[in-house]
Amino acid sequence: MSGPENTGRKQVHLAAQLPGIHNVTVWADPRSRSQIAFASFQHLARTAERGRFDFFFLAEGLRLREHKGRLYDLDVVGRPENLTQLSALAAVTARLGLAATVNATFNEPYEVARRLATLDHLSGGRAAWNVVTSFDAFTGENFRRGGFLAESDRYARAAEFLATARELWDSWAEGDVRADAAAGAFVRPGAGRFAHHGQHFGISGRFTTPRPPQGHPVIIQAGDSPAGREFAAAEADVVFSKYNRLDEARAFYRDVKSRLARYGRTPDRLKILPTATVVVADSDAEAAAHAEEITRAQVSPQTAIAHLEAVWGRDLSGYDPDGPLPDIDPVPDAQMLKGHSLFRRDRDAIARGWRALAEERGLSIRELVIEVSGGQTFVGSPHTVADAIDHFVQSDGADGFVLVPHLTPGGLDDFVDRVVPLLQEKGVFRRDYTGPTLRDHLGLPHRPERTPVPKETP
Amino acid sequence: MTAPPMHLAVALDAAGWHPAAWRAEDARPADLFDARYWADLVTEAERGLLDFVTFEDALGVQSAAFHRPDDRTDQVRGSLDAVLLAARVAPLTSHIGLVPTANVTHTEPFHVSTGIATLDYASTGRAGLRPQIASRAADAAHFGRRTTPRLTDEDVRDPERIGRRLSPLFDEAADAVEVARRLWDSWEDDAEIRDAATGRFIDRDKVHHIDFEGEHFSVRGPAITPRPPQGQPPVMSLAHAGVPYEFAARAADAVWVTPHDRAQAAAILAQVDAAVRRTGRDTRARPLLRFAEVLVFLDAEPGAAARRKARLDELDGAALGSDAEVFTGTPGELADLLLDWREAGLDGFRLRPGALPHDLVEITRGLVPELQRRGAFRTAYGATTLRGHLRLPRPESRYARAS
Ligand SMILES: Cc1cc2nc3c(=O)[nH]c(=O)nc-3n(C[C@H](O)[C@H](O)[C@H](O)COP(=O)(O)O)c2cc1C
Repeated sequence: MSGPENTGRKQVHLAAQLPGIHNVTVWADPRSRSQIAFASFQHLARTAERGRFDFFFLAEGLRLREHKGRLYDLDVVGRPENLTQLSALAAVTARLGLAATVNATFNEPYEVARRLATLDHLSGGRAAWNVVTSFDAFTGENFRRGGFLAESDRYARAAEFLATARELWDSWAEGDVRADAAAGAFVRPGAGRFAHHGQHFGISGRFTTPRPPQGHPVIIQAGDSPAGREFAAAEADVVFSKYNRLDEARAFYRDVKSRLARYGRTPDRLKILPTATVVVADSDAEAAAHAEEITRAQVSPQTAIAHLEAVWGRDLSGYDPDGPLPDIDPVPDAQMLKGHSLFRRDRDAIARGWRALAEERGLSIRELVIEVSGGQTFVGSPHTVADAIDHFVQSDGADGFVLVPHLTPGGLDDFVDRVVPLLQEKGVFRRDYTGPTLRDHLGLPHRPERTPVPKETP
Repeated sequence: MTAPPMHLAVALDAAGWHPAAWRAEDARPADLFDARYWADLVTEAERGLLDFVTFEDALGVQSAAFHRPDDRTDQVRGSLDAVLLAARVAPLTSHIGLVPTANVTHTEPFHVSTGIATLDYASTGRAGLRPQIASRAADAAHFGRRTTPRLTDEDVRDPERIGRRLSPLFDEAADAVEVARRLWDSWEDDAEIRDAATGRFIDRDKVHHIDFEGEHFSVRGPAITPRPPQGQPPVMSLAHAGVPYEFAARAADAVWVTPHDRAQAAAILAQVDAAVRRTGRDTRARPLLRFAEVLVFLDAEPGAAARRKARLDELDGAALGSDAEVFTGTPGELADLLLDWREAGLDGFRLRPGALPHDLVEITRGLVPELQRRGAFRTAYGATTLRGHLRLPRPESRYARAS
């Protein structure tokens, strides 16, 4: 291998997500394999590790989506339970970080802290937690708790949830497991003792799981609202965003990084990773043609109508996807698509924008939905893609990307085989892992121990 | 006529079932929170062709007392989540069943169900579920949402009394298992259709709401995870008294009991049969396998196992007490005992190794060959799923029948 090892340039961080969000995954492609078999996840995770990615990320939705009162059947449906799946993936990878989305609304801190600490132990310090919140009663119908949270309360609960989890991870100090057979001392007296009395949680007792290898697992946040960004600035190690156009991305990057100082944090302590899709081919022209095919496959005629219905809030099944937009007006308050994060808010404004765009450009329904879907993020020859990623990161649009492959399980192969070596040659991406833990990959310090609180039994 | 080969399982728990096992010479106490330790144990169990291993768990720190925490520091304290532990070893093994303990008092039934379904995918059909109630009231304070019955020193002397005091939790546990099973069934096996012409990934007539409404919770469904490879991973429970026997009769595919001799085994199985009758379960349609538990110290040299146990008793400061029969002897003597007890009507045994890895290795390399010589245990795996090993048929989804 040639090229500079590290040019002193800003380093790129990479993650991969599975299954693809929404309609990104093209399940109808002949190369598409099982979305649930462990072998598919293993292939993707091992490919990411071969490409020296920082981590592998699993999204979560705790209720199958429904559209017009029936299950939404156009996208991939069905996924594993994240922490269990990542624990199994820890057995078939050695260095790759393993990030689970786990909802702070339909779980309890004791259990989430315990399961994440377990994953961190069983992976040798590779665990991460994407903290998401929910407030919808729709998802709540699957849980004892039910739906109960006001939207404005969800980040307050999430913040206290995370703070409580941190107290639990801190309840064991490093070295509390003594395992000293000669002295007959397995554990330090009082290890794991905790008490938390807050607005959302009042819990006490003894935590079962010794301090995780990373101190605390890596904390990821994907909030976009002001409350979400503030929470991320205060607490997160990594932020996901949907902004993958350079202008929007830079604005988001500046905004979130500027919030850090308030919490006594330097900008390098928080990595910002937008989601991105990549299409590589031998030439730019070939890649562009391929990207267009993928985008069309992602927006089937049925998907086009369903997205339009979600925005319009009414049944449009009688409309021709290749015809013009309906002339009837949207019903802004009717939520037809449940359990989906798209089109949750501002549907009236979205509808007005869509109509204007369609009229201006003379677009059919499907052409419009393809247009607003944003298409593919990085398209071109391996050199074009590597240059674009490097440029995006060097101009402070991001610290790296979460790649969302459109094919399972082969969707990362081209990127890893053809683009990663170029990023390495540029000296902006690691040639090998430099440490065993995810915090090492991200260049983040291990969470220091809290000043010990008196834990001896009274 | 010869009896069918017996089923054999090993119960993995920290350094073994003796509280001082971690201080034994060949113990690995510093590795208890390390994946390699567990991978070594489970691959050893698989080498012995065992039906399955189980993983103990609880939502509170271990204690020498059944019903409340203690502050001892000379025994193993601290644990990992058992479902994740089972998943961690799944890709490293290919045949052995993996049965983690999961709490059904405080943990959401929805999460239990999808976690076990995921384990079943990761192990390609080798997952089981051992549902466990939270019998320690102190665990409830870890969640702060409810209180559970607080057992007294008096209560814990009598399993029947424990069962009666905790019977509301067993009722709730039966609901939790019912929810888990309905969620496993909520996707029919052929729900995924990938019909490019209509753009449909699933046939939504084959994915069902479960609409469970119980006294303690309701769950709408369907599962977020498609139907697991085994359809329904086998559910197994430990039982010492009438109430938990009835829970097993309602909810389990296998029950583990704790007799101390053959006659008692027969008496307990009669009680299990009575519980089955009370619940109206048809065991020809839904078999209930019966396992006995034995806590074992094994050495080839006569007397050595007893000496090892005595030394651990001395380190712990008390003779080992257990709900299960404690056996010390040679693998041949244990084979005699198992074959004798089996005559009472047992399908198999879940052995609790007194010390790990020592007694596990004695089971796989001493006991198993001994049983094989006597024609009482398999000489090769004949199946790749846990249901296959247990000779339990794969059930159809209840919703497939209904539609
Ligand atoms: C890359 C990315 C991944 C996300 N993954 C999930 C997820 O798996 N589950 C979920 O409920 N929400 C997920 N979200 C939604 C965010 O948590 C968040 O709710 C959303 O960005 C809106 O921000 P807000 O909550 O501050 O309004 C994701 C968002 C992004 C950008």
